[in-house]
This record gives sequence, C-alpha cells and structure tokens, in this order.
Amino acid sequence: MSRGVLIVLIAVFVQISVWAASPVDVYQFDNESQQARYKSLIEEFRCPKCLNTNIAGSDAPIAQDLRRTVHRLVVVEGYSDQQVRDFLQARYGDFVLYNPPLNTRTVLIWVMPGVLGGVGVLVLMVLLRRAHRRGAIELDADDKSRLQSILDHD
Amino acid sequence: MGVGYVGFSLGDRHQLPSALLGKPFPQFTATLLYEPQTRVVREDILGLPTLVNVWATWCPTCKAEHAELMRIAATSDVRLIGVNYKDSRLKAMRWLADYGDPYDINIVDIDGALGVELGVYGAPETFLLDADGNIVYKRVGDVNSRIWREELAPRLAQMGVYRAGAEL
Repeated sequence: MSRGVLIVLIAVFVQISVWAASPVDVYQFDNESQQARYKSLIEEFRCPKCLNTNIAGSDAPIAQDLRRTVHRLVVVEGYSDQQVRDFLQARYGDFVLYNPPLNTRTVLIWVMPGVLGGVGVLVLMVLLRRAHRRGAIELDADDKSRLQSILDHD
Repeated sequence: MGVGYVGFSLGDRHQLPSALLGKPFPQFTATLLYEPQTRVVREDILGLPTLVNVWATWCPTCKAEHAELMRIAATSDVRLIGVNYKDSRLKAMRWLADYGDPYDINIVDIDGALGVELGVYGAPETFLLDADGNIVYKRVGDVNSRIWREELAPRLAQMGVYRAGAEL
C-alpha cells in the first residue's frame, strides 16, 4: 500500500469519526455570519421534548426538525434573529425561550425574586431595629447599683 | 405555597400551553397518503368542524388511541383528518389496512414541516378546528373516551355537529 493511499484512508477515517462523534447536521450557508447566527440561535432555543436541553444539544427528532427550520429561516427566508424567535414562539410558546418574555403568565418568574428579596430586607430591618431598641435601654444610677449588688452577691 | 405550586406545575411537560389555541390553522402544503401526486393546502380542509389527528406508526400511544378514533368515526359526524407524521407511506397504509381507517382525509407530513407549523413535539397530538379553521382545542397525548366525552363532544355540540349514536 503506497503512502498516498494510506494518508487518504486515514483522512477518510478521521472524517468519518468526526461525523460519527457529533450529531451536527450538515448544512450549507451563504457566508460565515449566517452560520454564526444559526449556531447561536440553535443554542438559544429549548428543545420542547427533552429535559432542559437546547435544540443544538439534542438528538431528539423534534430538535433536528427545529434546527432544520432555523436553518431554512436564516438561509432561505432571510429572517432576522428576532423573526426566528417570534416564529418559534408563535408555534411552541414561551417554553422554547430560555429567556422568557414578560407577560401575564410569566410575570411571577420575573417579579417573585424581587418581591421575596424585598420581603427579606424588610424582615431583616424590623429585626435589627427591634434588637437595636432593646440594646439601647439606658441604666440609671439605681439600676446600676442594684445590678452591682446582684453581681457582688454571687 | 402558590409560588411553589406554579413552579412545580411548570414541570408538567406533557401539557405545554399551546401557543396556537385560538389561532388559525397554519398555512401548509402537503400530499395525500393515497395520492402522493395530489397537493393539499390549508384552504382544502376548511368549511367543517374538524379533528386533525397527528399520528405515526412508530408511536405506541397512537396505537392505543386508534380504537377510540375508530369509535368516533363510526358514531359521530365530525370530520377526521389524519396527519401521518414523519413516517413511511407504506407503513402508514399497512397500518390503516390492518387496524381500520378512521380518517376522511389522510395527509402526509413526511419531514415534520407541518408538525413544526403546528407546534407538534410528539405524537399523537389532536387539534379541534372550527369551520373557519381556527384551533379551538388541542390535545397532546391520546384521545380517549374521557377526552371525547369531556373536551371534544361538548365543543362539537356547540358547533352544531350532530353526534349520532351518542346513546350507544
């Protein structure tokens, strides 16, 4: 076997193993910025079928379909990033967005941390003020001598 | 407590709120199962209250719900449209020959493109459309007798679909 054939074979096997190792679909892009947008978009959406994986990282058929859809929207339809987000949200709901929009159904997610933090601060302030007030009692001369006598007694 | 409940209920992954409820059935182009040359578009399925059932031969739950779909087809006047989802025509035709064909129209979504338009993330899923093609109800999972009785039949009755054999 000549060295040239060997090199070609090695190259083929390396390429095959790369394909086998990554579940990445082979897509054509017009330019690199398109490809970069595609990559960052598929990182951004949550797979509707799988437990907390984005559509880039899932082998589920639905994730493949959504990757193909994102590719079509970006490359063929020329959608902007926001149009792609709107497209998927219109069909799969807020669920596909890891960064959920503020609306009546998601308002708790956004408001609760602030509200709970505020309640915590309030409780802390009340407790501190109470402790401070208690600590601030001044002893007059009678109290002091009585205290001293009690201490001496022991 | 309330927050905890909301938090945990978001973990129920089998009933995502459908983004398409109350919205018109999406535009699509697909082909008929028995006539692969014939194109079907959205306008072809308007005009009647309709159940659109997304199914596949690879889907065990679809097998489980098939008997109920057959019963609905036999005892009600609602139009049933089957969308064979990411499947093979041959397997689909064999399935319908073996277990019966409850559908008035059989559409093929070979690559899941219509599924994406419908926000489908698994099969079976079933959509109830009014005569104008608006999605009034969506079921993720099997259509069983309880779903028929409690969710589908009352809505169809409202739309004036006569339910023959309801007393059976």
